[in-house]
Amino acid sequence: MNRLSLFLVASLIFGFVFLYAPIASVVVYSFNASRLVTVWAGFSLQWYGALFENEAIGRAARVSLQVALIAATGALGLGTLAAYGLVRYRRFAGRTLLAAMTTAPLVMPEIISGLSLLLLFVALEQATGWPQGRGIATIAIAHITLGIAFVAVIVEARLSAFDRSLEEAALDLGAGPVRVFLTITLPLIAPALAAGWLLAFTLSLDDLVIASFTAGPASTTLPMVIFSSVRLGVSPQINALATLILIVITVLVAGANRLLRVR
Amino acid sequence: MQIERLTKRFEPDAQPAVNNVSLAIDRQEFFALLGPSGCGKTTLLRLIAGFETADTGVIAIDGADMAGVPPYRRPVNIMFQNYALFPHMNVARNVGFGLRQERKPRGAVDARVVALLELVKMRALAARRPGQLSGGERQRVALARALAKEPKLLLLDEPLTALDRKLREEMRFELKHIHQRVGITFLMVTHDQEEAMSMASRLAVMNEGRIEQEGSPEHVYENPANRFVAGFLGAVNLFEGKVAGAEAGLLIVDSEAGRLAVAHSPLAAGTAVAVAIRPEKLRFMTARDTTTPNVLPGIVRTIAYRGEASTCQIELASGQLVRGTMSNGDGKAPVFLPGAALSLSFTPDAARLLQS
Ligand SMILES: Nc1ncnc2c1ncn2[C@@H]1O[C@H](COP(=O)(O)OP(=O)(O)OP(=O)(O)O)[C@@H](O)[C@H]1O
Ligand SMILES: [Mg+2]
Repeated sequence: MNRLSLFLVASLIFGFVFLYAPIASVVVYSFNASRLVTVWAGFSLQWYGALFENEAIGRAARVSLQVALIAATGALGLGTLAAYGLVRYRRFAGRTLLAAMTTAPLVMPEIISGLSLLLLFVALEQATGWPQGRGIATIAIAHITLGIAFVAVIVEARLSAFDRSLEEAALDLGAGPVRVFLTITLPLIAPALAAGWLLAFTLSLDDLVIASFTAGPASTTLPMVIFSSVRLGVSPQINALATLILIVITVLVAGANRLLRVR
Repeated sequence: MQIERLTKRFEPDAQPAVNNVSLAIDRQEFFALLGPSGCGKTTLLRLIAGFETADTGVIAIDGADMAGVPPYRRPVNIMFQNYALFPHMNVARNVGFGLRQERKPRGAVDARVVALLELVKMRALAARRPGQLSGGERQRVALARALAKEPKLLLLDEPLTALDRKLREEMRFELKHIHQRVGITFLMVTHDQEEAMSMASRLAVMNEGRIEQEGSPEHVYENPANRFVAGFLGAVNLFEGKVAGAEAGLLIVDSEAGRLAVAHSPLAAGTAVAVAIRPEKLRFMTARDTTTPNVLPGIVRTIAYRGEASTCQIELASGQLVRGTMSNGDGKAPVFLPGAALSLSFTPDAARLLQS
């Protein structure tokens, strides 16, 4: 191995250590028997036990899951429609604008999304009386706007690569347009739909900024609980919670990747 | 099936992809549509299948006007150039797809699928996915799927181009055989003249959206209507010239290669024409034989050995290169090597006169 590649390998290792060592330490210390986060006192699962008895965290977990389910499903529906329109109708007034606006949330600073949505909800409440205060519904709506962009990009890629002659063959064999969509198009883009849903779910689950803006007093999400409790000092219980979230998100993202790669 | 004055433009001011096409195809016929790439063959098939709408003109199948009838209600099935097999269904489900749309009982569908797979010799692979099949196997599945609903008309878009040469020749016979067994009208599109001539009972040559000529393969090959058809359907040698007059029932043409006599109905002297002669109709002679008309002295330039025959390029005195076919049959015919001097000749009724 020559010098240059040695240097490259060293920088690679350093880079990964820099990225993953803090995460590894969170995971390791979640199994620490001591209350102190800096002193290792043997292996224990006590913080996981404490976690499951913690009412506040249990409530926040339920809120987060509900929000993520609604947001992922809503984003899947709307994002798929947007992608379908963009791929299948190559020429209509405002197509470029729609394409740009669909993907803008990918690069929009979260703080701006969050703030603008908060202002929107407040103005809406004053004008129409809905939403009454903020809660799960408002967080979910905010997360849908974020998720649409991801779903649309993934589904659009899949639809662009889709062989239209398959749909024509099905039409030719006597299937009407609805049956063609259900028996040919849908099964063939299903992996992209599932991957989009999983990504939207993950995004919603770990979003802190937008949720903080759009949450109400009774609808604290998991990231919000973690953030506020860390400000009072890091507890091993939070390490345990972070480890669990890490596992869930790794599994979901890996699943989405797998779905996008097969076939 | 009847097509009348069909025209289709993709862009309002562009050249029409299909231009004023009229065509009549009889029941159970094997009709081939032959033309170079981009001449509008696929577009014509897509119009018949209902994926495109014509600007003007009528398509009628068994007397029923197809205007406004969507693809899924037309008694027509198409076999796509890329086969378009459903990748998420196995072979049997692909073949049965059309039958399932008719809500036939399962037993009937299954029996018909088995019979079709039997017909295309794919029964053993019924459970495979299209991704696990070879090109030739996919082609058979696509054919079975398109035949399943017993359409009145089967459209085949370059069905054999994706196959290698040997398989292509095998499939020609098989496709012809299947056509005879099922008794369905076939309309096949191809840009391979050999394929069209060996398979079809009638063919039409298309160019730039128009039909140039229509007829049996023999008729179109022997009597091409114009230069394009003559050159597209097989090889041809053309001698440009002018009509000089008539002599002993033959038309005399003054051409760049000399004075040629052709059996043809009289034409006014001075008319610009081309004398067309197929390579295999040129006779090769060592000595100068003055008793026959149409003798063209020349020198052999290149010889391409093709097994049963050799294709030669011969340079005439005028400098024009012509193509001839030298049979390698019995070893008795004179053999020429590159550089050899020889004379070519043809009989007056072997040549054709082309005016356009
Ligand atoms: N959807 C379309 N939009 C615009 N122009 C098209 C479209 N489809 C075909 N054309 C044009 O129409 C003409 C005929 O195309 P067509 O596909 O019918 O040719 P083809 O004879 O099938 O050629 P090939 O042998 O290469 O398959 C071409 O010039 C092509 O560019
Ligand atoms: Mg084509």
